[in-house]
Amino acid sequence: MEDFFEKLSMFTNFIWPLLLLAGAYLVGSIIEKKHFQSIRKREDGLHGIPVVSFDTMPEDWRVSSSDMVTGSIVISLDYFKRVIAGLRGLIGGRIKTYEPLLERARREALLRMTESAREQGYDAIFNVRLETSRLANAGRDGKGTAGVEMLAFGTAVKLASRIG
Amino acid sequence: MNISSSAMAISNTESIPGRKIVEFYGVVTGNTVRAKHVGRDIMAGLKNIVGGELKGYTELLQDSRKEATERMIEQAQSMGANAVVNVRFATSSISQGAAELFAYGTAVRVV
Repeated sequence: MEDFFEKLSMFTNFIWPLLLLAGAYLVGSIIEKKHFQSIRKREDGLHGIPVVSFDTMPEDWRVSSSDMVTGSIVISLDYFKRVIAGLRGLIGGRIKTYEPLLERARREALLRMTESAREQGYDAIFNVRLETSRLANAGRDGKGTAGVEMLAFGTAVKLASRIG
Repeated sequence: MNISSSAMAISNTESIPGRKIVEFYGVVTGNTVRAKHVGRDIMAGLKNIVGGELKGYTELLQDSRKEATERMIEQAQSMGANAVVNVRFATSSISQGAAELFAYGTAVRVV
């Protein structure tokens, strides 16, 4: 009976976290890869709509109507990458696991904004701004939510005519 | 997502494209403080292991931002404005599990 408890405690203390890490790594990588694929595919489909960060429009654009459009996403890292990032935080330096997370969040937010503008029949979006906000804190042990919200917003316009 | 549900023209530029500002009414604001939903939080906790989008939170923040914007628009309407320009958003987490969403802009009359 003692032997059983010893094995059980070894499982909960050592093997279970490892399994969780491995599982999180596998599933997390697949989710990330799929997300990047879908982002690239949808970005290819949205080439006709200019999305610019200028605050003024070209003078030859005649606008018939406008509205503000937004797109947002809340995204989090997987457990494995969070642990890696936590370890990296001890020695400092570039945290590579966070970079693709923020990139895909930003591109997804821009995509959602552009898609909503296209659904409503707008021709262009200008004065695009991006905002990042942290939702909750993640501990160094990888626990706690590591959610990041990315918000993209801009002014969508319908063009009456576009000379040139 | 369409942020404005009313006839009010809103934009995050200094004017409404193609129209002219004739009168300024001043800064209008709208805010909302939201706490997390327990059920959504459990789901988010599970999703947190494998990473990816936390849909519950995305929706929660979208709804909240819409509400903040609507409050800002209401205030502008009560002043007699027909547009809000230079709209900005801000988010601040005021305690563990609660966040304030805040929208502000300048109420104007456009023709």
